[in-house]
Amino acid sequence: MARDQADFALEVPAAIPAKAGGASIAGAGPWRLALRRLKRNKTALVFAALFVVLVGMCLAAPLYADHVAHTDPYKNHLTDKIVIDGKKTDVVSLDGVPIGPTWQGEFFLGADTNGRDTAVRLLYGGRNSLLIGVSAALITTLLSVIVGAIAGYFRGFTDTVLSRALDVIWAFPVLLLGVALGTALTISGLDIGPIHVSGESKWVPILIIAVVYVPYMARPIRGQVLSLREKEFVEASRAQGAGHFRIMFSEILPNLSSIVIVFFPLMVANAILLEAALGFLGVGVKPPEPSWGTMIGDGVDRILSGPHLAIVPGAMLVLTVLALNVFGDGVRDAFDPRSKIQLER
Amino acid sequence: MARFAVRRIGQMLVVLFAVSVLTFLIFNVIPGGDPALRMAGKQPDPGQLEVIREEWGFDEPVYVQYYETMKKVFTGELISYSTQQDVMDEIWSRAPRTFALALGAAILWMLFSIALGVFTAIRAGQFSDRFLTVLALIGISMPVFWIGALMNYYIGFKWGILPNGGYVEFTDDPWEWFKHLLMPWTALSILFIGVYSRILRSNVLDTMNDDYVRTARAKGLSERQVFRRHVLRNSLIPIVTLWGLDFGAVLGGGAILTETVFDLQGVGQYAAESVDQLDVPPVLAITLFGAFFIVLLNTVVDIMYAALDPRIRLN
Repeated sequence: MARDQADFALEVPAAIPAKAGGASIAGAGPWRLALRRLKRNKTALVFAALFVVLVGMCLAAPLYADHVAHTDPYKNHLTDKIVIDGKKTDVVSLDGVPIGPTWQGEFFLGADTNGRDTAVRLLYGGRNSLLIGVSAALITTLLSVIVGAIAGYFRGFTDTVLSRALDVIWAFPVLLLGVALGTALTISGLDIGPIHVSGESKWVPILIIAVVYVPYMARPIRGQVLSLREKEFVEASRAQGAGHFRIMFSEILPNLSSIVIVFFPLMVANAILLEAALGFLGVGVKPPEPSWGTMIGDGVDRILSGPHLAIVPGAMLVLTVLALNVFGDGVRDAFDPRSKIQLER
Repeated sequence: MARFAVRRIGQMLVVLFAVSVLTFLIFNVIPGGDPALRMAGKQPDPGQLEVIREEWGFDEPVYVQYYETMKKVFTGELISYSTQQDVMDEIWSRAPRTFALALGAAILWMLFSIALGVFTAIRAGQFSDRFLTVLALIGISMPVFWIGALMNYYIGFKWGILPNGGYVEFTDDPWEWFKHLLMPWTALSILFIGVYSRILRSNVLDTMNDDYVRTARAKGLSERQVFRRHVLRNSLIPIVTLWGLDFGAVLGGGAILTETVFDLQGVGQYAAESVDQLDVPPVLAITLFGAFFIVLLNTVVDIMYAALDPRIRLN
């Protein structure tokens, strides 16, 4: 199979304006062109706005909990009663069925079987899911750029070692590797030098997700660097006497920005989905902390006592991931109109 | 050709070894704390810990530990300490269910992706294309265990159209077998249909502009012939490759979530149940064999490709 990425080349951004059009846009840089294209893509912008709104809602979780729902994400209301249409109703009925959506301040989206406010947990869970998704994507990006740039720039033995290491990680199905790491690390935690990460910590899912996705992003970056290092401007820099360090930081890395920008939203979407799967299987965020994945997991286990327990967190998750995917698609079309950048699969 | 196959198999053996080392590292070295405690499951008893320490060689140097671990896995002596079950027996008895799930789903997602991909490419830019593309994106954005659970609840439990979960042996009752697998197949396919149809759509649109397609038109082939013989054939190549890899991934443990939601009692669900009990030996075996399986399948796909396309052999 043609996994060798030597022929993988992204247009060097400087070359795009010449292709993109005539004299009328002369002088516009590649960034401005990309932004202009993105601005014209109304669908992508709408979904970007949706994502911002969702993030904003999750960030405002404490405000909602204090001032509207008057509870917190951990508090049980098993024996409480709530007034609906002038009638007093149990939050959780005597045979254990929780109340469905009330569409009012308290228990807006109903309660779970522990009598906790679903809407409040949903927003707090979103904070965890988004935090893990974004942090994992950031770490994946950082690691991929480091590994990809070093492998692509130095080639030879360094490249062979790094590429083979990526191949080995790549051989595992993403979910299985995540689950394996999750199980091993949940029991005994992780020691990175002097730092001890306990198995309960949110760092465990963050690090797992970050590592698992590195090969998928590092390979295309390596291919990009392989072609960049042969370009004339790198040659020119070398001829002027620039060292490896300088070439790397002022010639290679800036030219990786478009590939990173294209990947990032899609990485966050994938990371959120993987976090949900890990949470569903019980090796993601640990209870009683909520996350969308663990909430869906609990909801699926108790779906017979109220489907809203599974539908609500799942719908929120799908909306978020969908927004990221549509926006990510728009970003790709804007920065990479010939869609040469592909996540390796 | 034989030379290529030998070289490729040699590479495969190296990767298999590396995969086994990485699996060993994940479970025995990377985590902190007492490895025996990890193997013993949620409620270890002290006597057992001593036995495990002895059996797995946890007091010995790392390479002895690696050797002992691999010996256990490959000689079928691996035991789950929390249930006292033989891990390999359990995996083998569940494998046919996972295979039935993977094969049916793979056929389903391939058929639908081709239909959807071709349709959206032909209608590129029109409303139906945009609508279906959004649908594909939604499919990619849905966690399989969520849509699976909802299907199971509504179609299976509430409306009673199909059985909600469980598995019936094909030999017992083929019709029931089919009915029990229909929802799992569908749920598992959704994600892949979303991914594949989008790839196929862009492939078809790219291929339409290729020179040989113009040549085919110029020599007087009808649009239908041009499309079937030249455009579609060439656009399908990357999809078929992906299909081989993803089929391997689903067989090798990628169906953990689907199997669990629909209670199919396959290998993936065994992994999920073991994870839930923090029972390490089964997870170790399934991870190792899953990855082995994928590496094997990749090699087979590569060699088949080289047989079909001589350019690859020279690479």
